[in-house]
Amino acid sequence: MQKYSFLSLIKNAISGHKGWEVAWKDPTPKKEYDVVIIGGGGHGLATAYYLAKEHKITNIAVIEKGWIGGGNVGRNTTIIRSNYMHDENGLFYEKGMDLWRSMSQDLNFNIMFSPRGIINLAHSDAQMNAYARRGNSMRLNGIDAVLLDREEVKKKVPVLDFSDNVRFPIFGALMQPSAGTARHDAVAWGYARQADSMGVDIIQHCEVTGFDISKGKIQGIKTSRGDIKTKKVGLCVAGSTSILAEMLNMTLPIETHLLQACVSEPIKPILDHVVTFGAGHFYCSQSDKGEMVMGGDLDGYNSYAQRGNLPTLQHVLTEGIAMFPFLSKLNMLRTWGGIMDMSMDGSPIIDKTHIAGLYLNCGWCYGGFKATPASGFTFAHTIAQDRVHELNSGFRLDRFSSGHLIDEKGLGTKTWIS
Amino acid sequence: MLYIKCPHCGLRSQNEFAYGGDASVKRPELNKEISDQEWDEFVYLRKSPRGKHLELWHHVSGCRQWIKVLRDTSTHEIFNTYKSEEKVG
Repeated sequence: MQKYSFLSLIKNAISGHKGWEVAWKDPTPKKEYDVVIIGGGGHGLATAYYLAKEHKITNIAVIEKGWIGGGNVGRNTTIIRSNYMHDENGLFYEKGMDLWRSMSQDLNFNIMFSPRGIINLAHSDAQMNAYARRGNSMRLNGIDAVLLDREEVKKKVPVLDFSDNVRFPIFGALMQPSAGTARHDAVAWGYARQADSMGVDIIQHCEVTGFDISKGKIQGIKTSRGDIKTKKVGLCVAGSTSILAEMLNMTLPIETHLLQACVSEPIKPILDHVVTFGAGHFYCSQSDKGEMVMGGDLDGYNSYAQRGNLPTLQHVLTEGIAMFPFLSKLNMLRTWGGIMDMSMDGSPIIDKTHIAGLYLNCGWCYGGFKATPASGFTFAHTIAQDRVHELNSGFRLDRFSSGHLIDEKGLGTKTWIS
Repeated sequence: MLYIKCPHCGLRSQNEFAYGGDASVKRPELNKEISDQEWDEFVYLRKSPRGKHLELWHHVSGCRQWIKVLRDTSTHEIFNTYKSEEKVG
């Protein structure tokens, strides 16, 4: 594989940029693979990469219905954080933070990781107490957390509405300084390029149409480009999980819902951090191009449509304007939607299933992007070793029936309001 | 914007409604011995189909009745709406 460097940039610039190799190939599917990963999004590509890198399994196919980077990995709001209270989540996402910090070097691809810090606003004394508790839990797990008072928030984010007559005055905030953002497309491309260089076949425009299972064991998959034999299949299909589960006669503790995001026209630098509203559901950061990147609530009903509806967008942006009054003067550049695999306790599932050789990675709710490296790392381990890694040992599929939920927000099973 | 035909009030915008989830889920009967698996199915497991989905909506800013709606989850087309006690299909 051609290494990207300052030197290679100069060399190719002199020769008119004719010497660049393709970043990944476009192979025809082989008849048989050691492992097939279904879903060429961030998680699927990361899983293939860590299978090859950590477990030396390289005879892998990543099967993608559309094109890589066209699903949720290219539709999220690029936020990376590990500000969770429960151990299962905190330790898992903090492993992810370690991987994010070294990812550009590791993948030889600039993923533009920007640890600018996330600020969760608090709007009451009770919320400040809850954040103090969450911050303490985070610090016990080695995650950085700082409780900010109103004056400190004012210094960091002066564009927030600090006037006296607002409905939800700002009391303070919980900040994770090491959190941030990354270029989401680059994450997919970086993993794809490295996985490809180690022998992984990335097969795009190939839809899975069925599974070949006999005696409780996976034998292969059926696709729109022919049958593929394999003893191990990993599902990494986010919002499409329930569609594949139906083919497998499985009913899962997840529902598919629609989430929208949007960006404003680009403006000069005004917001240095990721900031979230504490009295509703709204989050905002400023991209390197200057656009305000915003998101919030689900549309609120089961949906497989990758496009949203205006009432939810209006509701979310009303919260945004309550936080940042200047937003009302900006033009909206673009809005879009993606479909989320909402689990019943808000935490993910990375586990084996009752079918030997079939592994499940789903339930990412709003937070799939930040989990990409840790998800790939632990899922690769689960597939290669046929047992869960200690970091995903809490993300079991049977935790719902056994009562071992990881309910970070304590919101219950109505996934559309969580 | 979705427009939902409330069987009591007529066609109204989605802003008047709150969503209530899969209407095909049945709560286990009262005073009956229930297995853990039955509870699991009732509380957590959902088919979440792509296509036709029978679901509950609450006309919370209208007549306050719960209704059933048959809607397509990939196109958002609403085929029919029913009163809560009506048998469907």
